[in-house]
Amino acid sequence: MTQEIAIIGAGMHPWGKWGRKFVEYGVEAAREALADAGISWRDVQFVSGAATMRCGYPGYVAGATFAQALGWQGAEVNTSYAACASGSQALAAARAKILAGQADVALVIGADTTPKGFLAPAKGERPDDPDWVRFRVGITNPTYFALYARRRMEIYGDTQEDFARVKVKNAAHGFTNPKARYRKQFTMEDVAASAMVADPLRLMDVCATSDGGAALIVCSLDYARKIGKANAPRVAAISTVTPTFASAVVEMPDLATDSAVVADAQSFRAALPRKAYEEAGIGPEDVSVAEVYDLSTALELDWMEDLQLCARGDAAKLLRDGATRIGGRIPVNPSGGLACFGEAVPAQAIAQVCELTWQLRGQSGERQVEGAKVGITANQGLFGHGSSVILKR
Amino acid sequence: MSDGLKPVIEGFFTTGEKPALLGSRCVKCGTFYFPKLEGFCRNPDCDCSQFESVELSRTGTLWSFTNACYKPPEPYVAAEPFEPYAIAAVELDKEKMIVLGQVVSGVGVEQLKAGLPMELVVETIPDLAEPEGKLVWKWKPMTEGGAA
Repeated sequence: MTQEIAIIGAGMHPWGKWGRKFVEYGVEAAREALADAGISWRDVQFVSGAATMRCGYPGYVAGATFAQALGWQGAEVNTSYAACASGSQALAAARAKILAGQADVALVIGADTTPKGFLAPAKGERPDDPDWVRFRVGITNPTYFALYARRRMEIYGDTQEDFARVKVKNAAHGFTNPKARYRKQFTMEDVAASAMVADPLRLMDVCATSDGGAALIVCSLDYARKIGKANAPRVAAISTVTPTFASAVVEMPDLATDSAVVADAQSFRAALPRKAYEEAGIGPEDVSVAEVYDLSTALELDWMEDLQLCARGDAAKLLRDGATRIGGRIPVNPSGGLACFGEAVPAQAIAQVCELTWQLRGQSGERQVEGAKVGITANQGLFGHGSSVILKR
Repeated sequence: MSDGLKPVIEGFFTTGEKPALLGSRCVKCGTFYFPKLEGFCRNPDCDCSQFESVELSRTGTLWSFTNACYKPPEPYVAAEPFEPYAIAAVELDKEKMIVLGQVVSGVGVEQLKAGLPMELVVETIPDLAEPEGKLVWKWKPMTEGGAA
């Protein structure tokens, strides 16, 4: 029995800072995905929403909120929350429902409206809350990404210019993407001139938060065949593994890693794609295109190695050689990545899959990766959430 | 220097001549935790729920480092005008864990390099209620032959 489902529709509301309700972005993305699939909203039997925690109760029950906004039509509903991996968990819930034979076609949907300014912990003296503690002693979000970036410089010899190259590449990729928020061809000089935030990372090395919405229509292979879409891209794997003790890298909001005195230190990021490759029965050598979570420019280089697209420490060389540009051996973030989008948490993992869907169909226009057959995503969020999805055609 | 000054968070570190971070150690499997852990051991192969309070190693090796160029949001209390400070991630050999902390004032990222031996010290950081500030743990590069 096949473990695959088909993606017959993809839609996105453009990313930005629009200041409207998240529901509007989601509905627009869903309608685009439905039109793309060529099916009616009434054909959808299962709505799998990714929750947002910043928009009140409607956000906690996002699946139902979107279903109501699209017009109650009796579909079953689910809502998933898994930080940055919420969209992948929502996709996994839809896949489980379809593979169990309980639904033929599902809508997977996520959207967010982000507040202005920086996210800060809740007020008051709360020494039991690790998030409060780390802010109290001066450890902010960019600290963690900067520590990872500096570690690359120290052990692999990466440079700040390498990190700037990631930004310049992704800016060039996203320049023609109508869904991207930042569409400007930045230069190395632009990055170097931006303010230092957390050495070695400058303002243009770290990603912003955005409003946005993304949706997918997924279905059984039988259903796809029945409506004449037997060749639609398929979901070949969804990995949402948790870390394995002892987790080796210090993660937000912690002040320390696990102690590895009795269990070997493990890399969580590397574990995510490992499970995905295993599930899909393919290897990194089969991958034509990757969409990875570049919360910072340097983190894209870490992901390339975690996806096993190159050996540890070789990512910057691949980048310098142009291998990760569109037209190169293994393009990374042809959408422009978070560098061009900013992060809209519950929509972002779905947006990664939207991009791969268009890439595998050959519909990506100027940012098309020629002959893309297999695509992989990777992301990681707080509290042991992460995902890696493989699409193939 | 620490006479009469309060720690920024109670129970996280000792003060005095040779300050140390306070962690816990599982009495069954020996895994260390910082900050202190109550409840259940997080080693998936250990079902213990008893911990002893321990002082963590006072010295370690610099794993990575960065700085804060902008004033962090509350609850951080910054001096005016804001002075950027460096931050270190230090690997403790015995505990096999990495612990974060600010670097002592006066030491910037240009003076740091992965692999440097680092020592735990206590310094003050500004506080809203205490005009003299409160005590916090910081990491300090160990100079040749220094830091016994």
